[in-house]
Amino acid sequence: MTTDTDIQGIYFDNNATTMVDPEVVEAMLPFFTEQFGNPSSMHLFGNKVGFAIKKARGQIQELLGAELDSEIVFTSCGTESDSTAILSALKAQPDRKEIITTVVEHPAVLALCEHLEKDGYKVHYLKVDGKGRLDLDAYREALSDQVAIVSVMWANNETGTLFPVLEMAEMAKAAGVLFHTDAVQAVGKVPIDLKNSAIDMLSLSGHKLHAPKGIGVLYVRRNTRFRPLLRGGHQERGRRAGTENTASIVALGKACEMALEHMSQEQTTVRALRDRLEQGILEAVPYSFVTGDPDNRLPNTANIAFEYIEGEAILLLLNKLGIAASSGSACTSGSLEPSHVMRAMGIPYTAAHGTTRFSLSRYNTMDEVERVIQAVPPIVAQLRKLSPYWGANGPVEEPGKAFAPAYA
Amino acid sequence: MWEYSEKVQEHFFSPRNAGAVEDANATGDVGSLACGDALRLTLKVNPETDVILDAGFQTFGCGSAIASSSALTEIIKGKTLDEALKVTNQEIADYLDGLPPEKMHCSVMGREALQAAIANYRGEEWKDDHEEGALVCKCFAVDSTLIENTIRDNGLTTVEDVVNFTKAGGGCSACHEGIEEVLTKVLAEEGKSFNPAARSVAVAMPAAPAAPAKMTNIQRIRRIETVLESIRPTLQRDHGDVELVDIDGKNVYVNMKGACSGCQMAAVTLEGIQERIIDELGEFVRVLPAQAMPKAERAYG
Ligand SMILES: Cc1ncc(COP(=O)(O)O)c(C=O)c1O
Ligand code: FES
Repeated sequence: MTTDTDIQGIYFDNNATTMVDPEVVEAMLPFFTEQFGNPSSMHLFGNKVGFAIKKARGQIQELLGAELDSEIVFTSCGTESDSTAILSALKAQPDRKEIITTVVEHPAVLALCEHLEKDGYKVHYLKVDGKGRLDLDAYREALSDQVAIVSVMWANNETGTLFPVLEMAEMAKAAGVLFHTDAVQAVGKVPIDLKNSAIDMLSLSGHKLHAPKGIGVLYVRRNTRFRPLLRGGHQERGRRAGTENTASIVALGKACEMALEHMSQEQTTVRALRDRLEQGILEAVPYSFVTGDPDNRLPNTANIAFEYIEGEAILLLLNKLGIAASSGSACTSGSLEPSHVMRAMGIPYTAAHGTTRFSLSRYNTMDEVERVIQAVPPIVAQLRKLSPYWGANGPVEEPGKAFAPAYA
Repeated sequence: MWEYSEKVQEHFFSPRNAGAVEDANATGDVGSLACGDALRLTLKVNPETDVILDAGFQTFGCGSAIASSSALTEIIKGKTLDEALKVTNQEIADYLDGLPPEKMHCSVMGREALQAAIANYRGEEWKDDHEEGALVCKCFAVDSTLIENTIRDNGLTTVEDVVNFTKAGGGCSACHEGIEEVLTKVLAEEGKSFNPAARSVAVAMPAAPAAPAKMTNIQRIRRIETVLESIRPTLQRDHGDVELVDIDGKNVYVNMKGACSGCQMAAVTLEGIQERIIDELGEFVRVLPAQAMPKAERAYG
């Protein structure tokens, strides 16, 4: 869809995907042309490419604080990494028929678990409270020698809420259970030091940290029992067959190196942008609130619920002004359900449908933040004017009673 | 993001008749709990003539919910209540130059609000008879509730049956896993299990009129052509066209041309053409794009 304005677009949807950094593009380009060799080949064409992949493996190892570069397995995306980790644990331990995960995981984990239930596996879905926090006592109770794997995300993609994965991994280790974390949203935004953790497997995805789409990593701690998803050639030491996506691997290596350089910036500059955005919007828009756990979340994510209006409508109007964000509303997901994350936190329908996620990156500026703060209040007001829950100057009295439609 | 027609965007960005009508004498409140959309329609009706003098809407919903509310109020203003009740979902969607399949329920909600408002005006009670499940087939906008009910009512056992009775699964076939799941669930309720190798229930479409008189092949082709002729002007208005390519048993292959080919409404248009041909011939046929023609001769069945 085109926009009305000629101003440069404002991209506040970095949890969905990110721009590939120009330096990253530059690093990968030669691997389409002069460096096209197959890294497995014996000749000179392949050899150089092999070295480039090794370098990238080292750059990723460093960002993750992994002990060895052989613990880095390249995959095609975050989703493949998640599937590989969970299915490997089930294959390697056929006697264990249970999985522990959370109700707020990404579909990459949830849809797989729901599918595995049909195959007879038992899945424990840990619940969250109103701020999206887990109950570690319930987790402790679910851990047993029947559990093949625990899979808990490091940070939630919708609210940015961080989970205590380091502690949970220790608990799993003590119970003799494998621990996997979907760190797709966390890598590059929060410091990670795997060698000093009890995490056995970790997923990341290139396109969330300024590398291209279609490249991911599964970290597999040395000595973890592992069964490949794709068997075939000996690539990735037989743990993931298929000729390497060399250009993207090189790009991911470069992006990880840059992420490490900018890590403190995420925690300071980006956080300051996010905090100003949130404060500016909440101040100007009545009946709006932050979802998730404001005290413990990614520095770049602000998820704001605007009550009595619907998210897709907000996005369309923002888009008209060249502002990109996301929503937890049913109508943007393609399903008819509002976000499972908002429902899990018990956010009422009239607010869940109006949740809007602004996710920033180090490429955003304070000027952009101020422009979005200006743009949002009139959009909300315009839509509230159309809403049956909204009166002249605020919600109608007892919105639930004044407007109680016959529901299908 | 959704691909909305210009018309949908226009009605969303500048909705007509937004807000409640002053001194309205009919109100309809409806919503869909599943998708969270809700709509209040207020009407001012002339008690002498039953003509709708004014209509206003308030919508809590997405872009197409707002656009279809706006379209509905435009369509019904000036109509009598009885005329207004004849407005179909498809008319609302057509008025907006089509809605994406996932969004067809938005036009359903508009029509239900209208029914509720008219019931309210006439002092009757309005009950919602429309139940909606998760969307299974995107090509033909068919939800799980419709598929479940059709399986139960007709004793269907295979994916092919479901395609024949509901059209779900008759396009790209990506939803066949979902259809198998619905079949598995419904059959399990009856203590049966889903068998992918089962034979279809070879019965006619439930809606088909009583046994048609036998037609010669030529007669049949002529009648199909006549139907296409009658549809052509509508398509041409939108800079499209349709052409008959081949008929193979119950499969009718057509070529969508111009603006219609590749347009996201092509599937919906094919569906409309199929309905018209079924009506005309009194037998079930499947209208498919010519691209779907089998490449080589294959034993059928
Ligand atoms: C938490 C989380 N896990 C997994 C994924 C999937 O990653 P990919 O798109 O690379 O498959 C995403 C991205 O949408 C995500 O946010
Ligand atoms: S989605 Fe059902 S046939 Fe395409």
